[in-house]
Amino acid sequence: MKQINLSGIELDFDKTGNGPPLLYLHSEHYFHLQAPFIERLAEEWTVYVPRHPGFDGRQLPSEFRRIEDLTYLYLDLIDHIGLDEITLVGSSFGGWIALEMAVRNCSRLKALCLVSPVGAKLGDRVERDFADLWTYSEEDSAAALFAQKAPNFADFSADEMTATARDRQFVAYYGWKPYLHSLSLARWLHRISVPTQLIWGDKDGFVSPDYGKKLLALIPGAKLDILSNAGHYPQLELLDETVAAISTGPCGSHQAGSVA
Amino acid sequence: MEVWHFSEMAYHPGWEELGHSLRNVIPNRVYDPKVGADLYNRYLDEWALCDELGINIMVNEHHATATCSTPACTVPLAIMARETKKSRLLCLGMPIANRMDAVRVAEEFAMIDVISRGRLEMGFVKGSPYEVGPANSNPSTVGERFWEAHDLILKAMTTHDGPFNWEGEHFHYRQANIWPRPYQQPHPPVWITVAGPYSAGDVGEKGYVIAALNSGYWSTPTIFDAYRKGATEARRKSANDRFGYLAMVGVGETEEEGRRRADQILDYSRMTPRALKQLQMPPGLAPPEVIGRELQNSSTRSITLRDGSKAPMATTTVDEAIDAGIAFAGNPDTVYEQIKEFHEHVGGLGHLLMMGQGGHLSHEDTVANLTLFSKEVLPRLKEL
Repeated sequence: MKQINLSGIELDFDKTGNGPPLLYLHSEHYFHLQAPFIERLAEEWTVYVPRHPGFDGRQLPSEFRRIEDLTYLYLDLIDHIGLDEITLVGSSFGGWIALEMAVRNCSRLKALCLVSPVGAKLGDRVERDFADLWTYSEEDSAAALFAQKAPNFADFSADEMTATARDRQFVAYYGWKPYLHSLSLARWLHRISVPTQLIWGDKDGFVSPDYGKKLLALIPGAKLDILSNAGHYPQLELLDETVAAISTGPCGSHQAGSVA
Repeated sequence: MEVWHFSEMAYHPGWEELGHSLRNVIPNRVYDPKVGADLYNRYLDEWALCDELGINIMVNEHHATATCSTPACTVPLAIMARETKKSRLLCLGMPIANRMDAVRVAEEFAMIDVISRGRLEMGFVKGSPYEVGPANSNPSTVGERFWEAHDLILKAMTTHDGPFNWEGEHFHYRQANIWPRPYQQPHPPVWITVAGPYSAGDVGEKGYVIAALNSGYWSTPTIFDAYRKGATEARRKSANDRFGYLAMVGVGETEEEGRRRADQILDYSRMTPRALKQLQMPPGLAPPEVIGRELQNSSTRSITLRDGSKAPMATTTVDEAIDAGIAFAGNPDTVYEQIKEFHEHVGGLGHLLMMGQGGHLSHEDTVANLTLFSKEVLPRLKEL
């Protein structure tokens, strides 16, 4: 991981691959398992992968604690890199940040791909848009997040277990209350002005495909791909299908023709 | 040594039906308000009796918990403020990181302090892991919210010139202004509980009373030593009256009677593991190394015996509890000797927080337990 100092934050980030620029904002869980997905993206794009502050294990400045802080940090990152026509991909928690960025400023974006994002409150006040995973047993949580085979903690190193616990700590830090959403994000989704793709696993027990359908209706011209036999992280369970969906969708139009 | 009687006002009639989970997810259809009314009044009677016995009063609070039916610690404390004349009234404590209106905490405490003519002791606690759910309190920021609430409550109690502004990270007021102000000046004494030595030094620096809860022979000395170190660094004295310790106490006319009472009170401790595993470690409440280890190799809740070995908490025997120092039990002589030994082991104890009622211990047994303790043990403890 490289480090850059940006907006008063030491930001870890990787740059890999060749092609047009793609910024990938990672999900709340299992960063170390996403390497194959990032490698596949790198076959078509130059992929920029920041590690969210806090999740990286470093001490945060006391004023850095809201989803807006991550949003503006990555808007600054885009300016800092100085690239235009960026494809912005976000998974779950990272999808929330991507949505927040897109409603603020799409001018440097080419397309947006959201893999089962959280972030917008779409149901009524007694409806849970996002499962309260923190009250689930590990078995139930795994069943909600994965359709096929969940990661086995027995296979994790001590450092990977610490990182897993830290991931949970920092998704709580940024998203405990209101739970994984910004109060007004849904109100401003119409501002997204780039081609947008939503990707969902049909067996997502954390954020259901029905939520994806509601979100679809609020983002102008968006497209929804529901992948069969995947949970909340299709990029882990259905790597080929997920990459193919991105390559052939609104984000992949740079090579339309070669894909078909 | 001062002694305080503590009960969690358990709703034990529901325990059997609720089974393996006594916290958070329990449906309150299991709670019968008529049975609950009898229980509340009986527990309040037991606290009121303490006023005659020379024992002080300690209350706490938990939420959505069948082992503790006090979701608002200031309610029983307010009743005791009026019903008693002499006992000190300790709230241990108010979960100030989970109470989103800190100024309201200052108001409730000030009112109780005035009604009781200055008998309030303010305990601030971070609260058990189970408490973050009912309060929807962010577990990853409990520590900073705790200290901000602490600062704000004390500022509200010690500001006497009208409204002040508070725009912090977690609490926001532009017109913070409490009425009444507390009876005790500058404010009622502060107590803070700790679970381990890490935060004990902070409490020592401030010179507050530190309370360790059921930490036993094994852990309590390190907690108190950390307090003393913090106090010394801040050039404060740490006399015995700065140290409190909670244990279950069963005393009887005979050794057997005292141990039987302790055995019933121990159900308080034995019920503690009866909660959903995943609620015991909310994200960020413990360091990630600790939670990571626990996720990979889940441990069983245990108590630590005097030699450092472990015994499962769910099946603790009276012998194990006495060995661990989480219970003092037997006849008045043995109970006194056990407390004296613990007092010496930890380097001096000024407050025994006596769980004189717990679990299924009946009203008659509780009255006998408290009365005998006050006659036969308390006078000797006053000499320590």
